[in-house]
Amino acid sequence: MKTRYSFGGDEHIFVEVDEEMSLNAFFKSLSMTNAVRESQIKGVTEICPANASFQIKFDPDVIHPDDMLKEIKSLETAAEKADSTLNTRIVEIPVYYQDPWTHETLMRFRERHQDPNSTDIEYAASINGFSTVDDFIAAHSGAPWFVSMVGFVSGLPFLYQMVDRPRQIEVPKYLRPRTDTPKLTVGYGGCFSCIYSVRGAGGYQMFGVTPMPIFDPKQETSYLKDFMCFFTPGDIVKWKPIDRDEYDANVADVDAGKFVPRMADVSFDLAEFNTDMNSYNAKLEEALNGH
Amino acid sequence: MGIKVHNPGLATTIQDLGRPGYFHLGIPISGAMDRFAMRAANMLVGNDEGAAGLEAVFMGPELEFTSDCTVAVCGADMPIKLDGEERAGWSSIAVKAGQVLSFDFLKTGARIYIAVSGGITVPEYLGSRSTYAIGALGGVDGRPIAAGDDLPTGGDAGPGDGRGVPENLRRAPGNPAELRVLPGLYWHRITDQAGRNFFEDEWKVAPEADRMGYRFRGGRPMEFVERKQPFGAGSDPSNIVDGCYSYGSIQVPGGTEPIVLHRDAVSGGGYFMLGTVISADMDLIGQLQPHTPSKFVKVDMETALQARRDRHALLDQVRAALD
Repeated sequence: MKTRYSFGGDEHIFVEVDEEMSLNAFFKSLSMTNAVRESQIKGVTEICPANASFQIKFDPDVIHPDDMLKEIKSLETAAEKADSTLNTRIVEIPVYYQDPWTHETLMRFRERHQDPNSTDIEYAASINGFSTVDDFIAAHSGAPWFVSMVGFVSGLPFLYQMVDRPRQIEVPKYLRPRTDTPKLTVGYGGCFSCIYSVRGAGGYQMFGVTPMPIFDPKQETSYLKDFMCFFTPGDIVKWKPIDRDEYDANVADVDAGKFVPRMADVSFDLAEFNTDMNSYNAKLEEALNGH
Repeated sequence: MGIKVHNPGLATTIQDLGRPGYFHLGIPISGAMDRFAMRAANMLVGNDEGAAGLEAVFMGPELEFTSDCTVAVCGADMPIKLDGEERAGWSSIAVKAGQVLSFDFLKTGARIYIAVSGGITVPEYLGSRSTYAIGALGGVDGRPIAAGDDLPTGGDAGPGDGRGVPENLRRAPGNPAELRVLPGLYWHRITDQAGRNFFEDEWKVAPEADRMGYRFRGGRPMEFVERKQPFGAGSDPSNIVDGCYSYGSIQVPGGTEPIVLHRDAVSGGGYFMLGTVISADMDLIGQLQPHTPSKFVKVDMETALQARRDRHALLDQVRAALD
């Protein structure tokens, strides 16, 4: 990992912790952004953590960009040595894979796709060496995921799967971005899953849809009354495959204000996780299931 | 006390100076694309510079005022009419209850800013009244204004006629428009030749130009420095591991058409950026029409900071002129 600093004009500093994605890079980015927040440097206006990088927006009328750069660089060594631990939560997100709405959309944009003769999930399964879509879904929903970034548009989470490199799923983005994506589509691009928080343009492959809103500017959804965005970086997610009946029942519960996302508070330790990922993930799931 | 919308125009939104502090959740700052014009319009009608007004793009709205007030229109050159009678831009206009403000066709620039004394007083969301339509936030139910809307205003009569921003203090893009750029971010991804071409070529604003970003076309395609794509970045040489985007940053998907992100920017994504338009020139982008010839001009940080100081000084002169 080699950290690279650059100015984004006169109001931003962009810090690339690593060119490639890894949990180590994510944790270093997270601890550096936490350090920036705690050090309360005058002039900082936005602190935005991303997957393997982060960005600080500042007011150059308050602090010279060179001085801001020095302040941020001075936090790097300490952040590197910091314990990679996190008090967070694990959340179960229901996913109706291969639903009719993303299917209709992906058929409409077939000429923008690498493989016009298959669906997005068939294509993803095949290029990642799975013989069936069911096997692929089992892998996608098998191990949990870190929310490694929130952004693009309102409250949209990027998720990175908590498995070692050989088990990582990788897919390209559409050849040309779509002009439409159904709201709450579970998508995939590069090594990241995402949930489209609102309807709109998008370039990620589309695998399914969740019945659970994750952004509500009106704050009417029962679990979004305190804040309109559901996710923050560091959340852990476990996908739960559901069928049409369960999807419909969940949607009805959301509409009735009765839907309660299943979740549990957990602490995460990167070193322990790296020692034995499978059993660490199993422990996280036990917490979710209340054991 | 308020405004009845007879005709909304093309995409007229309520904006103020924006909603900082939520970019880490993908909620951009929003607010007036041309903040200078918004501030000037507010000053003319005696408001705080950050009061909410209307931003109208390419086509003006038709508005009826339900109480006596003062109105000002700054920004693009679009003939202004009060009950059919032509009135001057960059000036305060006394309006009687029941009078109707309308506009003729746009001459130059792209966006007008309409301030009304007392400001537009729709509820604030996350500390701002700015409309962010993609997230359905702010403004009127998170959308552009529509015919039949009644917009509430602060409702004082304001200073009336007679105030104006001197002509030499107004700001408009040149032809070709010049946008100053600080190279950086992922500049190293393109070859030296591609970097030179970017600044040499004349670009034109593409039709895909809105509050989220301005696309340009007409320059030569870019060549990338060869590399094995890093894990997680995706296969196209213009892809990076998804990261944060700066306001004003210039991404070039596929190496063909640069996109400059503006006030309703997406907060991140997987395309490399070659640099950033300096903060002092962001307002100018809001006044560019499609097909406007444009040049990107390479500058260093000290030039960017001096330009920013110049902008502040200009604003101070407007404040002094209207004091």
